Amino acid sequence: MDEQKNGSSEKDAQRSIFHHEGENLPSHGHHDEETLKEDVVRLYWRANLRLLGGLLVIWFVVSFGFSILFVDALNQYSLFGFKLGFWWAQQGSIYVFVALIFVYVVQMKRIERRFGVDDD
Amino acid sequence: MSTAILTYLFVGASFTLYIGIAIWSRAGTTKEFYVAGGGVHPIANGMATAADWMSAASFISMAGIIAFLGYDGSVYLLGWTGGYVLLALLLAPYLRKFGQFTVPDFIGERYYSRAARIVAVICLIFISFTYVAGQMRGVGIVFSRFLEVDITVGVIVGMGVVFVYAVLGGMKGITYTQVAQYCVLIFAYMVPAIFISILITGNPVPQLGLGATVADGSGLSVLAKLDKTLLDLGFSPYTEGSKATIDVFAITMALMVGTAGLPHVIVRFFTVPKVSDARLSAGYALIFIALLYTTAPAVAAFARLNFVETINNTSYAEAPGWFKNWEEIGLIGWIDKNEDGVIQYAAGAAFAGSPTYSDENGANGERGLTNAPTDSVNEVYADRDIFVLANPEIASLPGWVIALVAAGGLAAALSTAAGLLLVVSTSISHDLLKKTLMPEITERQELLYARIAAAVAIGVAGYLGINPPGFVAQVVAFAFGLAAASLFPAILLGIFVKRMNKEGVIAGMLSGLIFTFAYIVFFKFVSPELNSSENWLWGISPEGIGTIGMLLNFLVAFSVSQATSPPPAHVQDLVDDIRVPTGAGVAHKH
Repeated sequence: MDEQKNGSSEKDAQRSIFHHEGENLPSHGHHDEETLKEDVVRLYWRANLRLLGGLLVIWFVVSFGFSILFVDALNQYSLFGFKLGFWWAQQGSIYVFVALIFVYVVQMKRIERRFGVDDD
Repeated sequence: MSTAILTYLFVGASFTLYIGIAIWSRAGTTKEFYVAGGGVHPIANGMATAADWMSAASFISMAGIIAFLGYDGSVYLLGWTGGYVLLALLLAPYLRKFGQFTVPDFIGERYYSRAARIVAVICLIFISFTYVAGQMRGVGIVFSRFLEVDITVGVIVGMGVVFVYAVLGGMKGITYTQVAQYCVLIFAYMVPAIFISILITGNPVPQLGLGATVADGSGLSVLAKLDKTLLDLGFSPYTEGSKATIDVFAITMALMVGTAGLPHVIVRFFTVPKVSDARLSAGYALIFIALLYTTAPAVAAFARLNFVETINNTSYAEAPGWFKNWEEIGLIGWIDKNEDGVIQYAAGAAFAGSPTYSDENGANGERGLTNAPTDSVNEVYADRDIFVLANPEIASLPGWVIALVAAGGLAAALSTAAGLLLVVSTSISHDLLKKTLMPEITERQELLYARIAAAVAIGVAGYLGINPPGFVAQVVAFAFGLAAASLFPAILLGIFVKRMNKEGVIAGMLSGLIFTFAYIVFFKFVSPELNSSENWLWGISPEGIGTIGMLLNFLVAFSVSQATSPPPAHVQDLVDDIRVPTGAGVAHKH
C-alpha cells in the first residue's frame, strides 16, 4: 500500500515537470508528445544509472575491498569462527551479490512503473 | 547392493530422465531451437543457467583447488559469482530487449557491421571449444573411476546422450534437461557436504560448519585447526594468501568480467518472456549457484583436513581403499622415500611432474613410479580433482552417496557441454550461414544446418575428450581472458555509450583480443620458463591479464570512436529502444 502511494506521488511530481516544460511550447501537437516521451526516457535512464552506480559501488567494496585489498586488516577480527576478511572472500561477498541483484530487480520495477516504461 | 551397481543405477536413471525430457521437448522451429521459443519461466531459466554455468570444473575441480590454495582459491568463488551481478545489472535485460538469438547478432546489428559479427563469432567459437574440452575430461574421469569403463567408452556414451537432447531439442531440450541436471547436481553436492559437516563439526549446515568448532575435543575451529595442521607440515596457513594482491585483484576481475561475457551464459537470458524476467532470472540463477559456491569452501576445508589426517603417518598397508583406487586411476602417487612403509605428507612436490608409473610394484605393493623424487620429505602426489570425488569415500560415507556424486559430476559436465555446443552450432547456422554466407536459406534449412552443426560440434568435443590436448589446463585462462577482453566491453559499450561506432568497437575488440592472446601464448607456450611474477607486466599473471586487455579495449574503443563519425540514426534509435523495457515481446526472428 505504502509503496503504491509513494509511486503515485512521484508520478505526480513527474507530471508537473512535464507540465512546466510544456508551458514553453506553443501547442500540444505530435512533436510535443515526442519530446515528452524522450524526456521520460531520459529521466528513466538517469534514475537507472544512479541505481546501477550505487549497487556497483557496493559490489566493488565487498569483493575487491573487503575480500582482497583490506583482507589482512579485516583478518584481525573474527566472526563466527572465521577470520573476517577470509569470511568476506569465501562466503560474505556471495551473499551480498545475491542481495544486490534482488535489490536491483525490485528497485528497477519501481522506477519503471514510475516512468511508465515497465513491461507488464 | 554394491557401490558399483548403485552407481550404474543412479547414472542410468539420470540419463534415462534426460533422454525422456529430450523426446518430450523436441524443437520444431529455429526460435525453439535457438531460444526455446522465448517462454521459459524465470525460475526454470535460473536453474538451467546454474546448471549451464556450473561445469565439471565447478563440481569436480573447484573445491579441490580451494583445498590446496586456501585463501588464494577465493578468486574463483568471487569471480564466478560476482560476474552475475554485472550480467544482471549491465547486460542481460538489454540483450533480452534486443530480442534476437545470439551474441554475435547483437554485435553485428548494434555495430552495423559484418566484420564485427565475424570477430564475435570467432571469439565465441574459440571460447566455447576451450571450455568444452574440459567438460569431456570430467566425463571421462567420472566414467573411468566410478563405472570402471574405458574413458573412450565413457566419452562416447556421454556424447550420445548430449547428441540426443541437443540435436533433437536444441535450446528447448537443453533448457529442460538442464533444470533436471541442476536438481541432480546440487543434491549430489549437498548430501556429502552435509554428512561431512556433521561428522567433523556436528553442524549440518556446511556454510556454518566451516566456522564451527571441530568435534574432536581440541576446542579449535575448523579453520584454526587447518591453519595449525598445515603449518606443522610446512605449508603456509590456509586462511592466508601467498599471491600478490595486484594479481589476486586482476584475476578476480578477469574472471568476473569474463563470466559476464561468456556467450553460453548470456544466451540463456534470451529465453525468458520479458525484460524484467531477465533480471529476475539472473537473481534466481545466482541463488542456485551460490548454494554450491558457498558450500564449496566448506567442502574444501573439510576435505583437506580429512585428507591430511587419514593419510599422513599411515602405513601403506593400512591405507584406506580409496587411496589405492585413485592410485590405480593414476591420480595419486606414493613414493616411499625413507623406505619405512609409512606415508609421509608435507609441503612441496613429492616428485617432478605428474606421475609416470612403471610396470613393477614397490616394496609395499604400491604402484612403482619412474619420476625422479625431490628432496622434499613429502611422499604423496594427489591430483586436485579427486577431492570432491573421493570425499565421500575419505569420510567413509555409504555407497549410495558415492553413486550420487558420480551422477552429479556427469550432470554438471553434460549440462555445460550441451550449452556450449548449442551456442557454437547456433553461431554457425545463424551468424555464419544465414546472416553472412547464405542469406537465402529458408527457416527449415537453417534449422537443419543448426542440427548438423550441433552434431559436428559434438563430434569435435568428443574427439577432444578422448584425445585431450596436453594444453587443456593451460588454456582455461584463455576462455575468461578473451571473453573479458573482447565480448564484454563490446556489449557493454553497445548499450551504455550511444556514440560508440563500429570503427571504435572493432579496433577495441581486436586490440583487447590480440594483446590478451599474445600475453597468454607468450607465457604459457613460447617461454613458459619466464612465467613468473618478476617477468609479468605489473605483476599480473596470464590468468589475470584479461583485466588489462579489457581496459585496453575500452581505451582504444573510446579514442577511435571519437576520431570517427557517429553511428547512423537507426542504430542510435536501436540503442534508445533496448534501454527501455516496454514492448520487448517474445524473442523474434527477423
